[in-house]
Amino acid sequence: MTSYRRGRARRLLALIRKESHQIVRDPSSILIALVLPLILLFLFGYGVSLDTARTRVGLVLEETTPVTLDLAASFRASRYFDVAIGHDRRDFADDLVESRIGGILVVPAGFTADLAAARHPAVQVIVDGADPNTANFVQGYTAGTVSTWEAQRAAERALNATPLRIEQRFWFNPELKSRNFLVPGSIAIVMTLVGTLLTSMVIAREWERGTMEAMMATPVTAWELLAGKIVPYFLLGLASMSLCVGLAVFLFGVPFRGSVVALYALSAAFLMPALGQGLLISAVTKNQFLASQLALLSGFLPSFLLSGFIFEINSMPLPIQYISMIVPARYLIPSLQSVFLAGDIWPMFLRSMLILIGFGLVLFAIAIRKTAKRIA
Amino acid sequence: MGLTRLLALVRKEFLALFRDPKSRMILIAPPLLQLLVFSYAATLEVRNIDVLVLDRDAGRWGAELISRIEASPQFRSVRHTDDPAELAEAIDRERVIAAIEIGPDFSRAIEAGATADLAVILDGRRSNASQIVASYISSIAAGLAADTPAGKQLAPMHVQTVTRNWFNPNLDFTWFMVPGLVASIAMLVGLLVTALSIARERELGTFDQLMVSPLRTHEILTGKVIPPILIGFFHITLFVLASVYIFGIPLRGSLLALYGAAFFYLVSLIGVGLFVSALAATQQQAILGAFLFLVPAMLLSGLATPIANMPGWLQILTYADPLRYFLVIVRGVFLKDIPIAEIIAQTVPLALIACVTLPVAGWLFRSRLE
Repeated sequence: MTSYRRGRARRLLALIRKESHQIVRDPSSILIALVLPLILLFLFGYGVSLDTARTRVGLVLEETTPVTLDLAASFRASRYFDVAIGHDRRDFADDLVESRIGGILVVPAGFTADLAAARHPAVQVIVDGADPNTANFVQGYTAGTVSTWEAQRAAERALNATPLRIEQRFWFNPELKSRNFLVPGSIAIVMTLVGTLLTSMVIAREWERGTMEAMMATPVTAWELLAGKIVPYFLLGLASMSLCVGLAVFLFGVPFRGSVVALYALSAAFLMPALGQGLLISAVTKNQFLASQLALLSGFLPSFLLSGFIFEINSMPLPIQYISMIVPARYLIPSLQSVFLAGDIWPMFLRSMLILIGFGLVLFAIAIRKTAKRIA
Repeated sequence: MGLTRLLALVRKEFLALFRDPKSRMILIAPPLLQLLVFSYAATLEVRNIDVLVLDRDAGRWGAELISRIEASPQFRSVRHTDDPAELAEAIDRERVIAAIEIGPDFSRAIEAGATADLAVILDGRRSNASQIVASYISSIAAGLAADTPAGKQLAPMHVQTVTRNWFNPNLDFTWFMVPGLVASIAMLVGLLVTALSIARERELGTFDQLMVSPLRTHEILTGKVIPPILIGFFHITLFVLASVYIFGIPLRGSLLALYGAAFFYLVSLIGVGLFVSALAATQQQAILGAFLFLVPAMLLSGLATPIANMPGWLQILTYADPLRYFLVIVRGVFLKDIPIAEIIAQTVPLALIACVTLPVAGWLFRSRLE
């Protein structure tokens, strides 16, 4: 009994060794496990930013009075706008059509008189609706700049212009850097790439070449075979993740407030469904091209778009929210962002890990059945 | 010369693509599915917001603020608590994205005409969404402030901002996203089809057969270029129809100009695809090579985040990205009816990219063959 067990362990170790040699030898696995993660992290660290930089706007003063010039000075001083001043809104219409500016702000003729007579003065904002995000920011920051200007004027006349003062506290990320949540999120994408894309393609290649059948003919069981495949990619996934975390913390300066234990526990839990999906895809397609397409479609893109990584799940239509429930990355990303920014929140982590392990077990079970059936 | 030869080659390419039912499926179903799912999913709008309120105020102004938040369409639920610890926990575990704390003096300060304070705690882990939530709460609070005694006094001299949204009156996010996805999904498929076409022949050994046939290298390459262009046009047509008839997006500009620009866009992409194909020895390498180009091309194109937000050195890199130019064209033609001169200005770089990638790919082929 013990010698049988020892034999099994030896077989498994031999399989793992064989698989590890293949990983190291194959340039495409290096590409996916090292080069792609680096590129992704750099892109999310430097390229993709949801922080509003200064937006170029055209400010139209239809009348030039000390009051409108004072308002214009407030806009010029704003750190959200890069202001070009004109006197006719038609001067900027083409710029707006061709997206050179994000909006046109119009201080209409009669503004000074309306303000003096308290006849509900108004500033008109024309924004480029083709880019709704920028449009919203221009609208919001214009209102903000105008009310700051009003408060200053009111203070000069000893009036209380702010009946209500709102103190905003952004926990965990007070500088409001989008990088701080995008970089941790992209680590989940990297693990999806290693776990699902790489694994599915490598095993599909073995099916294509017939080496999978050759392995089946040996005394190795389906279980051992799959375990032998999974362990090296599991370790590779953790290695990629560690590389990314190192870069995130030391290069991009993302704070790391949680514990390393939590980070590895979450990552390990996430790699189970990721690898399970990779195995299942390869067992179903047995073809590299299809496997890669399916891995991209069912692994990479959903982790990217349906996981809450960039786009808020709550804002999506209900049917899509339901679809997002079967995307494993959805459960990892909030926890991963918390490990970095908030610290260890174990009740949240344990719940995510349980769901992820559950997904993993189901996917493994189906993959093993599919593999066994192929042989019979 | 060999127009018949070329036609035969094109036919052969199409047969190779469509013979297999699985790869036939890959060309039609997933692109449409992606367009449908991602158009609705990819939104930076924030809706269905859950907030928690800690109301220590006994007066009516605190209750008034809460009922205005409840009535606002962006908010889904407003929960109440008396316990600051529960507030912290709800934010920590992402049960709510924002919590509002109303102090005990809130109503008293308002009635007295003094400044009343309000604290809003937001989840900085999702800083983009929480900034938007903060702006919603601010505008609701501004509305309340205008109705307070101090506010009413100021109201007639209060400067309002009146907004007009050009091109997209309701700021519908799908109007922004769908044209962008049309361009990027066409890129995804076009690039993969081209990148794989030669790699597959190499792996199967049929490429050598082609080389020993009387066909010249440029004929073979032309034969490889035409099918992806036709498939690309097919996808773009399908997507334009979906945009107009499923998503109800206005098509205000010239369709002819769009197709003209699309030709150069597809050729420039196919140049990249052939380039990858020439370098790759196996299908797997070709897929990875294509992927290595696709991911940065999408992220740096301005598809989801503006190029202006990127650091200067990275902005320079975006000039080599075909999607960057075609995105301006597609969005412009759909929503803005941009002038032809602007379309041409964006098409010239596409043609330039094609002029670089196609000859380089051709040269790579020859050098790898000889």
